[in-house]
Amino acid sequence: MIRDDNEAILTQAAGWRADGIAVALAHVIATWGSAPRPVGSLMAVSATGAMAGSVSGGCVEGAVALEAAKVLSDGEPRFLSFGISNEMAWEVGLACGGKLEIYVEPIQ
Amino acid sequence: MKGRVFDALRTALAERRAVALVTDLGSGLQTLVDIEGRQQGDAGLEDEFLPQVVDAIRADRRGIVEFYDGRFFINVFPPKNRLLIIGAVHLAQALVPAARLAGFDVVVIDPRAAFATPDRFPDTDLVTEWPDEALATLKPDARTAVVALTHDPKFDDPALIASLASDAFYVGVLGGRKNQAARLQRLRAQGVADDRLERIHGPVGLDIGAVSPAEIAVSILADIILCLRGHKWKAD
Repeated sequence: MIRDDNEAILTQAAGWRADGIAVALAHVIATWGSAPRPVGSLMAVSATGAMAGSVSGGCVEGAVALEAAKVLSDGEPRFLSFGISNEMAWEVGLACGGKLEIYVEPIQ
Repeated sequence: MKGRVFDALRTALAERRAVALVTDLGSGLQTLVDIEGRQQGDAGLEDEFLPQVVDAIRADRRGIVEFYDGRFFINVFPPKNRLLIIGAVHLAQALVPAARLAGFDVVVIDPRAAFATPDRFPDTDLVTEWPDEALATLKPDARTAVVALTHDPKFDDPALIASLASDAFYVGVLGGRKNQAARLQRLRAQGVADDRLERIHGPVGLDIGAVSPAEIAVSILADIILCLRGHKWKAD
């Protein structure tokens, strides 16, 4: 069953870890304007590219998963920010006009 | 996040203990703090910082805070919301999966063993005690909603009296307006104060014209969520 709560996301992450798959955790740490998911929302990303949870309405999850893969390969946490007017390398943003900042870390 | 912090966080959630995960955004070090101020993790927090974290847990407040020259992200993990359903009735069979979908832990209470069966409620916590006994054990807290669905005063009334004396954020009971008036009289006669009676949501649920058990389950859940969150867009 799909459940949108942090406990279910962490349970999924624990399941991946039990199978020997590395997991990165993305935290929404700040939002401005009409961001769809509140501060504290989590998304777990496995080394195989599977995702649990969300950090936006589906607008930036793909980009976060790509960054999560880098976090898992070098073990270094990363800060990501997304917004409608950002000048970032990846061409994703929030069509709603919101802005958000995300912290991605490996679970060691 | 260190594996042992991750495990400690999951243990706290499983035990329904509210905790905050404090991440030093400079170093990546993390500390898990509970509402008593007990710490577990990579680094001990400064004595002056700790009360701020405990306040954040109490207020369910997440975000970045500055402390001296450090930036910290406080994420609060409250215990899951819980729904206690009195009456293992047809409507409860619809309400259990609906409430789970919305992230609630669910317990169904009914002393009638013929109703409270695993066949009717697969993978569900079933308690076959009288409602007042069951509630004395389950202790509804501020993240607990209680709904009485039996239509039978000998089950519903003791459940209401027990939940109105608790911190439950929602107390609802099924039944038409005429039945509700009679119920209030009965409870008042049993010494329940008026300010407590005012907390009862009866008829239970948001008025969306629900007819079927599944629709009524949606209306009950909508009302509970409204009590929990409040209106987002205020009416003009």
